[in-house]
Amino acid sequence: MSGRDAILGKIKSNLDRPNDLESKQAIQNRLQAHQKNLIPQRGELNQDQRIALFCQEASRVNASIVELMHFDEIPAAVSEYLRTHQLPAKVKIAPHKDIASLDWDVNTSLMIEEGRGAGDDGVSVSMAFGGVAETGTLVMTSGPETPTSLNFLPLDHIVVVRAHEIAGNYEAIWERIRDVQTKRGCEGTVPRTVNWITGPSRTADIEQTLLLGAHGPQRLHILVISEATT
Amino acid sequence: MSNNTSPRVGLFATCLVDLMRPVVGFAAVKLLEDAGCIVDVPVAQTCCGQPAYNAGDTSDTIDIARQVITSFENYDYIVVPSGSCGGMLKHHYIELFEGDSEWAPRAQAFADKTHELLSFLDDIMKVSLTGLKLDATVAYHDSCSGLRELEIKKQPRALLNAVDGLNLVEGTEAETCCGFGGLFCVKYPDISEKMVDAKVDDIVATGADTLVAGDLGCLMNIAGRLQRRNIDIKVRHTAEILANMTHGPAIGDPMDDA
Amino acid sequence: MQSTSPNFTQNAKDALQDDPLQAALAKLTDGFPIQRLEAAARLPEFEDLRDEARDIKTHVLENLDLYLEAYEKKVVESGGHVHWCQTAEDARETILKICQNANAKTVTKSKSMISEEIAVNDFLEENGIEPVETDLGEYIIQLRDEPPSHIIAPAIHLSKEQVADTFRDAHTDLEKDRPLDEPRALLEEARAKLRTKFLSADVGLTGANMLIAETGTNVLVTNEGNADLTNNLPRVHIVIASIEKIVPTLEDATTILRVLARSATGQDISVYTTFCTGPRQLNDLDGPEEYHVVLLDNGRTDMIGSEFHEMLRCIRCGACLNHCPVYKSVGGHAYGWVYSGPMGAVLIPNLIGMEEAQHLPHASTLCGKCESVCPMRIPLPKMLRRWRERQFKAELGSTRARWALKSWVWLVKRPRIYRLAMNMSVAILGQIGFRGRFKSLPFAKGWTSKRDLAAPTGDTFLSQYHNGARGDQSGELIRRGGRK
Repeated sequence: MSGRDAILGKIKSNLDRPNDLESKQAIQNRLQAHQKNLIPQRGELNQDQRIALFCQEASRVNASIVELMHFDEIPAAVSEYLRTHQLPAKVKIAPHKDIASLDWDVNTSLMIEEGRGAGDDGVSVSMAFGGVAETGTLVMTSGPETPTSLNFLPLDHIVVVRAHEIAGNYEAIWERIRDVQTKRGCEGTVPRTVNWITGPSRTADIEQTLLLGAHGPQRLHILVISEATT
Repeated sequence: MSNNTSPRVGLFATCLVDLMRPVVGFAAVKLLEDAGCIVDVPVAQTCCGQPAYNAGDTSDTIDIARQVITSFENYDYIVVPSGSCGGMLKHHYIELFEGDSEWAPRAQAFADKTHELLSFLDDIMKVSLTGLKLDATVAYHDSCSGLRELEIKKQPRALLNAVDGLNLVEGTEAETCCGFGGLFCVKYPDISEKMVDAKVDDIVATGADTLVAGDLGCLMNIAGRLQRRNIDIKVRHTAEILANMTHGPAIGDPMDDA
Repeated sequence: MQSTSPNFTQNAKDALQDDPLQAALAKLTDGFPIQRLEAAARLPEFEDLRDEARDIKTHVLENLDLYLEAYEKKVVESGGHVHWCQTAEDARETILKICQNANAKTVTKSKSMISEEIAVNDFLEENGIEPVETDLGEYIIQLRDEPPSHIIAPAIHLSKEQVADTFRDAHTDLEKDRPLDEPRALLEEARAKLRTKFLSADVGLTGANMLIAETGTNVLVTNEGNADLTNNLPRVHIVIASIEKIVPTLEDATTILRVLARSATGQDISVYTTFCTGPRQLNDLDGPEEYHVVLLDNGRTDMIGSEFHEMLRCIRCGACLNHCPVYKSVGGHAYGWVYSGPMGAVLIPNLIGMEEAQHLPHASTLCGKCESVCPMRIPLPKMLRRWRERQFKAELGSTRARWALKSWVWLVKRPRIYRLAMNMSVAILGQIGFRGRFKSLPFAKGWTSKRDLAAPTGDTFLSQYHNGARGDQSGELIRRGGRK
């Protein structure tokens, strides 16, 4: 008997369920319905309040946030960030159409490289799928334009998120992910990696002392863009 | 005081009160009678069976539980001056008889009318105490079973606040176990010592001169440790204070040979 | 891993003498429980979410076989592989085979209690593969060859000086005069060392906080980001998870995540919550090329339908440890195996056997604090009693204690003889205990070794009461020995 049969058989016999077929159908239904459970009131807000809550919660967990009107303000905001933290003028950006297409020459000394993350990346700029106001969380999905490694290898992580893509709760984001996948012809699937990121990396493993930048970024900088681009 | 509507209460004194500290039994009787109850103390009582239950001796516990239920089930209420024995009578007896068609309903009916003393006085009899006076700074220890099995938290404090001159203070660890745990404290004395020391430190930090609680097990444990560490804080059962029976020695103190 | 659970009493004694450990445990008391309370206070729905979380897992366990099948189907559809392993040995062999097929030299690992349970590190090493723990705490205890002392804070028992010594011993290239006095310096040393491992590893081995049946996804929760570098960078991602980790949908996982971090560290949510599904997808720029899930039973199917069934709801948040006065006194290592605290005391006997772990269910005052904070509302004290019950039936433990209990029970069941015996006892104790208490009593050494014992204050309550005494309001107490 295979391990699979042995494990499943033992569970079945210990459970002693009255009607297997009925249960099987009930479970299929439940998986397909993927109903929402209780959603905390906290994120049930209008867009302005939602963004305010998102910013408040994200800064509570040590992220820094700048609100911008337009995408084309991003290169200047990144330069400003590098100056503030006295970082080398070198940035790895996501090969995302809305980021890579920006006019990064505003600051001629800025070295821009596109692609996935590398071990020696200092600063990265990547694009969020959305945000969750409830806890100030960024949601990142993997894909050809959004490599996951950019979220973890650099010491400074700059994330662009559209204001209108900041949802009240996580469930709203799952709905959007399902919609996007369905539109791409991949109904019922999810991207390889979905990251919820809430503040920069940290550890308290040594004497319960909180330190930022354990293995992932030491700083998380969020650019919230008001303009609704296509 | 009594009339036809007065509830008949069977007092389950608990083995520790019976053996170690009768004044708690007297205090309970007085408080119940003052509240308008007709109190009976059945002679056929011994112990609730908790030591056997917690040692895993279920079949003997069942025998003991049957004995207790039989002796007490005809009263309007069964009242116990202990949170942990109360939890045993009110919750664990029901677990013992799960699926027993004769005893499960009896255990349930018995549980429904069983109450820990102070919650009975406050929640059921809604007593308001008057004329009590005691100059003391009192810390209250929430015994684990009373707090978490019977939700006793506000009742003793509400009753104690009616005592004139009594200043009730709260330890930050009032809800933390004192390390008694029945056989635990003799089986693992070192761990128990660490726990009761934390409890004692917390009580000392409140500045209290008196510690009260609703369980004699915890009280003897805490009193014993205070005395071993030569800390002069009096330890009493809450009922002693509420019944104005504080003239005698506190727990572990010598009697005056007056 | 060989357990030291039979030595619990001695382990506990040692722990109580271990100053750095005691300092760490004291700090823990002030930290997690308070943060948990604050997080709960910020979320009015917290208690309702606990109910929902419990109900989700209860439902899953009632249909675990069906959910496992549904989950497996989705993993396979997403291009992954599922390996079913009944025992720790099966799981170790399976992991080794995957590593060998990938020609792996180095395996990075993110914290997984299951990997501790199956002791895969030693096994890989024996087979010429280098396993590297990447959670900072796990890395430290791996260098020290110790088991974790806390589920979510594995190196909580160590001082920074001990960590510094550990690094100096293990990192041979470390310059002698490089200061490692501060936690920050220690972190930077570990970060640099582990960064090279992340980049060179062939296989990444992670655990799973949950497995989602709807999508075939595994969930990883960390604060450091190490699980992400572990699953994203190597060519092969292996997930090792026990079978009860299943939840139905993304929404269900979300509900449980809302109570997980709040219960564990008092964070609203951990920094990184990651959902991995299969290998990298078409045109992805990163992610593993292969994705394997090793599903482990290791005794859990025996718990299904047993009195320990509800223990399978556990999500390993550590709240019961953080709040347990026994854990806070002795720490995790005293329990002698991978798990500790109340959840360990229930789970360990299930996994290594009741006899080996017989101390653990007794090392509790049954104070109930654990159950009151468990996000999954697992009745831990009740299950500890179930173990005591099984032990009593199997006649484990000291015969003297058993005999004493049996004699006492004999008396309790005979009220009239009990009365006589109690009256005699108070008469004797009352005579010798005239100072109000005993400093030592030969038959109560367990008690009097640590505290005084109050002496009885007179005749038993029942005999006084039925002789007409009513306490000091209506007549004075009958004094010791029956003298009025």
